Amino acid sequence: MITSTLETVPDRVIREHLGIVQGSTVRAKHIGRDLMAGLKNIVGGELKGYTELLSEARDEAFARMIEQATAKGANAVINVRFSTSSVTQGASEILAYGSAVIVE
Amino acid sequence: MEAFAELWQFLFVILLLIMAFFTGSIAERRHYKSIIRREGALGDMVVIVAKTLPPMSPAPATALVRGSVVISVDYFKRFLARLRMIFGGRIHTYESLLDRARREAILRMQEQARELGATMIFNMRFETSSISKGRKDAVGTVEVLAYGTAVIPPG
Repeated sequence: MITSTLETVPDRVIREHLGIVQGSTVRAKHIGRDLMAGLKNIVGGELKGYTELLSEARDEAFARMIEQATAKGANAVINVRFSTSSVTQGASEILAYGSAVIVE
Repeated sequence: MEAFAELWQFLFVILLLIMAFFTGSIAERRHYKSIIRREGALGDMVVIVAKTLPPMSPAPATALVRGSVVISVDYFKRFLARLRMIFGGRIHTYESLLDRARREAILRMQEQARELGATMIFNMRFETSSISKGRKDAVGTVEVLAYGTAVIPPG
Protein backbone atom coordinates (compact mmCIF):
# COMPACT_ATOMS: atom_id res chain seq x y z
CA MET A 1 0.00 0.00 0.00
CA ILE A 2 1.49 3.31 -1.10
CA THR A 3 0.56 6.30 1.05
CA SER A 4 1.42 9.86 0.21
CA THR A 5 0.49 13.45 0.90
CA LEU A 6 1.04 14.20 -2.78
CA GLU A 7 -1.63 14.07 -5.47
CA THR A 8 0.27 11.64 -7.64
CA VAL A 9 2.55 8.66 -7.27
CA PRO A 10 5.83 9.13 -9.15
CA ASP A 11 6.12 7.08 -12.34
CA ARG A 12 2.68 5.52 -11.85
CA VAL A 13 -0.61 6.22 -13.58
CA ILE A 14 -3.80 6.46 -11.57
CA ARG A 15 -6.23 3.97 -13.13
CA GLU A 16 -9.20 4.44 -10.89
CA HIS A 17 -10.45 6.64 -8.05
CA LEU A 18 -12.30 4.71 -5.36
CA GLY A 19 -13.39 7.62 -3.21
CA ILE A 20 -12.49 8.85 0.24
CA VAL A 21 -11.25 6.50 2.94
CA GLN A 22 -10.89 7.44 6.57
CA GLY A 23 -9.92 6.03 9.92
CA SER A 24 -10.38 7.60 13.30
CA THR A 25 -9.99 6.86 16.97
CA VAL A 26 -10.99 8.66 20.16
CA ARG A 27 -8.55 8.36 23.02
CA ALA A 28 -8.89 9.32 26.63
CA LYS A 29 -5.91 10.18 28.74
CA HIS A 30 -4.36 7.86 31.26
CA ILE A 31 -4.50 8.88 34.92
CA GLY A 32 -0.80 8.16 35.51
CA ARG A 33 0.10 10.21 32.49
CA ASP A 34 -2.16 12.96 33.73
CA LEU A 35 -0.29 13.15 37.02
CA MET A 36 3.03 13.53 35.23
CA ALA A 37 1.43 16.07 32.94
CA GLY A 38 0.29 18.06 35.97
CA LEU A 39 3.89 18.25 37.13
CA LYS A 40 5.16 19.15 33.68
CA ASN A 41 2.54 21.89 33.51
CA ILE A 42 4.42 23.54 36.37
CA VAL A 43 8.04 22.98 35.39
CA GLY A 44 7.53 23.10 31.61
CA GLY A 45 8.85 20.79 28.92
CA GLU A 46 7.79 17.90 26.76
CA LEU A 47 4.97 15.61 27.93
CA LYS A 48 6.45 12.39 26.56
CA GLY A 49 3.50 10.29 27.72
CA TYR A 50 1.11 12.36 25.65
CA THR A 51 3.41 12.41 22.64
CA GLU A 52 3.42 8.60 22.72
CA LEU A 53 -0.31 8.36 23.38
CA LEU A 54 -1.19 10.56 20.42
CA SER A 55 1.36 8.88 18.21
CA GLU A 56 -0.13 5.46 18.99
CA ALA A 57 -3.60 6.81 18.35
CA ARG A 58 -2.49 8.19 15.02
CA ASP A 59 -0.98 4.82 14.07
CA GLU A 60 -4.31 3.21 14.81
CA ALA A 61 -6.33 5.77 12.84
CA PHE A 62 -3.93 5.34 9.95
CA ALA A 63 -4.22 1.53 10.11
CA ARG A 64 -8.01 1.80 10.00
CA MET A 65 -7.82 4.02 6.96
CA ILE A 66 -5.54 1.48 5.23
CA GLU A 67 -7.97 -1.29 6.17
CA GLN A 68 -10.80 0.58 4.48
CA ALA A 69 -8.69 1.20 1.40
CA THR A 70 -7.75 -2.49 1.20
CA ALA A 71 -11.42 -3.46 1.48
CA LYS A 72 -12.16 -1.22 -1.50
CA GLY A 73 -9.43 -2.92 -3.49
CA ALA A 74 -7.11 0.07 -3.63
CA ASN A 75 -3.35 -0.20 -3.77
CA ALA A 76 -2.56 3.39 -2.81
CA VAL A 77 -3.96 6.21 -0.70
CA ILE A 78 -3.02 9.66 -1.94
CA ASN A 79 -3.50 13.14 -0.52
CA VAL A 80 -3.47 11.83 3.04
CA ARG A 81 -4.34 14.36 5.76
CA PHE A 82 -4.38 14.16 9.54
CA SER A 83 -6.72 16.03 11.80
CA THR A 84 -7.07 16.30 15.56
CA SER A 85 -9.93 17.61 17.63
CA SER A 86 -10.70 17.48 21.30
CA VAL A 87 -14.09 15.93 21.83
CA THR A 88 -14.40 16.53 25.55
CA GLN A 89 -11.97 17.54 28.22
CA GLY A 90 -9.30 14.88 28.38
CA ALA A 91 -10.12 13.06 25.16
CA SER A 92 -9.06 13.69 21.59
CA GLU A 93 -10.22 12.40 18.28
CA ILE A 94 -7.53 11.57 15.76
CA LEU A 95 -8.57 11.33 12.14
CA ALA A 96 -6.66 10.23 9.06
CA TYR A 97 -8.22 10.47 5.61
CA GLY A 98 -7.27 10.33 1.96
CA SER A 99 -8.27 9.26 -1.52
CA ALA A 100 -8.12 5.55 -2.28
CA VAL A 101 -6.84 4.88 -5.80
CA ILE A 102 -5.61 2.07 -7.98
CA VAL A 103 -2.27 2.87 -9.57
CA GLU A 104 -0.20 0.92 -12.02
CA MET B 1 -5.66 31.61 61.84
CA GLU B 2 -7.40 32.13 58.53
CA ALA B 3 -5.13 34.98 57.63
CA PHE B 4 -2.20 32.74 58.41
CA ALA B 5 -3.46 30.05 56.04
CA GLU B 6 -3.97 32.63 53.34
CA LEU B 7 -0.45 33.90 53.80
CA TRP B 8 0.84 30.35 53.43
CA GLN B 9 -1.10 29.91 50.24
CA PHE B 10 0.28 33.15 48.88
CA LEU B 11 3.85 32.15 49.75
CA PHE B 12 3.34 28.75 48.11
CA VAL B 13 2.26 30.37 44.85
CA ILE B 14 5.25 32.73 44.94
CA LEU B 15 7.55 29.77 45.58
CA LEU B 16 6.01 27.84 42.67
CA LEU B 17 6.45 30.86 40.41
CA ILE B 18 10.13 31.21 41.33
CA MET B 19 10.77 27.50 40.87
CA ALA B 20 8.92 27.43 37.55
CA PHE B 21 10.85 30.47 36.34
CA PHE B 22 14.17 28.64 36.78
CA THR B 23 13.15 25.16 35.63
CA GLY B 24 11.22 26.60 32.68
CA SER B 25 14.02 28.80 31.40
CA ILE B 26 16.58 26.01 31.81
CA ALA B 27 14.31 23.61 29.91
CA GLU B 28 13.73 26.14 27.15
CA ARG B 29 17.43 26.98 26.76
CA ARG B 30 18.32 23.29 26.64
CA HIS B 31 15.62 22.58 24.12
CA TYR B 32 16.72 25.41 21.81
CA LYS B 33 20.32 24.19 22.02
CA SER B 34 19.29 20.69 20.98
CA ILE B 35 17.04 22.04 18.20
CA ILE B 36 19.81 24.19 16.74
CA ARG B 37 22.32 21.34 16.89
CA ARG B 38 19.97 18.87 15.19
CA GLU B 39 18.84 21.40 12.61
CA GLY B 40 22.48 21.81 11.65
CA ALA B 41 22.90 18.04 11.28
CA LEU B 42 19.72 17.69 9.18
CA GLY B 43 20.30 20.83 7.12
CA ASP B 44 20.65 18.92 3.84
CA MET B 45 17.19 17.35 4.21
CA VAL B 46 15.06 19.84 2.29
CA VAL B 47 11.46 20.22 3.36
CA ILE B 48 9.13 21.65 0.71
CA VAL B 49 5.46 22.56 0.84
CA ALA B 50 4.98 22.21 -2.95
CA LYS B 51 2.40 19.65 -4.03
CA THR B 52 3.89 18.29 -7.24
CA LEU B 53 7.17 16.46 -7.61
CA PRO B 54 9.45 17.70 -10.38
CA PRO B 55 10.06 15.02 -13.00
CA MET B 56 12.89 12.82 -11.76
CA SER B 57 14.62 10.01 -13.56
CA PRO B 58 14.70 7.31 -12.34
CA ALA B 59 11.44 7.74 -10.46
CA PRO B 60 11.88 7.88 -6.66
CA ALA B 61 9.95 5.88 -4.09
CA THR B 62 7.78 7.82 -1.64
CA ALA B 63 6.73 7.22 1.94
CA LEU B 64 4.60 9.08 4.44
CA VAL B 65 6.63 10.40 7.38
CA ARG B 66 5.53 12.26 10.45
CA GLY B 67 6.83 13.71 13.69
CA SER B 68 4.93 15.03 16.65
CA VAL B 69 5.50 16.54 20.05
CA VAL B 70 3.36 17.54 23.03
CA ILE B 71 4.93 20.40 24.92
CA SER B 72 3.90 22.59 27.83
CA VAL B 73 4.92 26.00 29.16
CA ASP B 74 5.84 26.35 32.81
CA TYR B 75 3.75 27.86 35.58
CA PHE B 76 5.62 31.18 35.50
CA LYS B 77 5.09 31.73 31.79
CA ARG B 78 1.46 30.76 32.09
CA PHE B 79 1.15 33.37 34.83
CA LEU B 80 2.72 36.02 32.56
CA ALA B 81 0.40 35.00 29.73
CA ARG B 82 -2.61 35.39 31.98
CA LEU B 83 -1.48 38.90 32.89
CA ARG B 84 -1.08 39.63 29.17
CA MET B 85 -4.64 38.56 28.56
CA ILE B 86 -5.85 41.44 30.70
CA PHE B 87 -4.03 44.10 28.68
CA GLY B 88 -3.85 42.36 25.31
CA GLY B 89 -0.90 42.25 22.97
CA ARG B 90 1.77 39.76 22.05
CA ILE B 91 2.30 36.81 24.32
CA HIS B 92 6.00 36.14 23.82
CA THR B 93 6.06 33.11 26.07
CA TYR B 94 3.54 31.23 23.95
CA GLU B 95 5.26 32.29 20.74
CA SER B 96 8.45 30.59 21.81
CA LEU B 97 6.48 27.52 22.92
CA LEU B 98 4.91 27.10 19.49
CA ASP B 99 8.19 27.84 17.74
CA ARG B 100 9.91 25.11 19.73
CA ALA B 101 7.08 22.64 19.14
CA ARG B 102 7.00 23.21 15.37
CA ARG B 103 10.76 22.96 14.95
CA GLU B 104 10.87 19.83 17.10
CA ALA B 105 8.07 18.19 15.10
CA ILE B 106 9.87 18.95 11.81
CA LEU B 107 13.10 17.53 13.21
CA ARG B 108 11.42 14.30 14.26
CA MET B 109 9.84 13.97 10.83
CA GLN B 110 13.23 14.59 9.18
CA GLU B 111 14.87 12.01 11.43
CA GLN B 112 12.28 9.43 10.37
CA ALA B 113 12.85 10.33 6.71
CA ARG B 114 16.60 10.00 7.10
CA GLU B 115 16.17 6.48 8.50
CA LEU B 116 14.29 5.58 5.30
CA GLY B 117 17.13 6.96 3.21
CA ALA B 118 15.14 9.96 1.93
CA THR B 119 16.74 13.14 0.64
CA MET B 120 13.70 15.42 0.54
CA ILE B 121 10.26 15.83 2.05
CA PHE B 122 7.43 17.10 -0.14
CA ASN B 123 4.06 18.61 0.70
CA MET B 124 4.73 19.03 4.40
CA ARG B 125 1.73 19.99 6.54
CA PHE B 126 1.32 21.13 10.11
CA GLU B 127 -1.45 20.21 12.47
CA THR B 128 -1.68 22.02 15.79
CA SER B 129 -4.06 21.22 18.60
CA SER B 130 -4.30 22.31 22.18
CA ILE B 131 -4.52 19.52 24.71
CA SER B 132 -7.21 19.69 27.41
CA LYS B 133 -9.11 22.47 25.75
CA GLY B 134 -11.61 23.94 28.12
CA ARG B 135 -9.70 23.20 31.28
CA LYS B 136 -8.74 26.56 32.70
CA ASP B 137 -5.37 25.69 34.20
CA ALA B 138 -4.19 23.61 31.28
CA VAL B 139 -3.89 26.30 28.63
CA GLY B 140 -0.41 26.26 27.21
CA THR B 141 -0.07 22.60 26.32
CA VAL B 142 0.03 22.07 22.59
CA GLU B 143 0.51 19.18 20.26
CA VAL B 144 2.16 19.86 16.94
CA LEU B 145 2.25 17.27 14.19
CA ALA B 146 4.33 17.68 11.04
CA TYR B 147 3.81 15.24 8.20
CA GLY B 148 4.82 14.94 4.60
CA THR B 149 5.97 12.67 1.83
CA ALA B 150 9.58 11.52 1.96
CA VAL B 151 11.24 11.19 -1.44
CA ILE B 152 13.60 8.23 -1.52
CA PRO B 153 15.95 8.02 -4.51
CA PRO B 154 16.31 4.47 -5.85
CA GLY B 155 19.42 2.47 -5.08
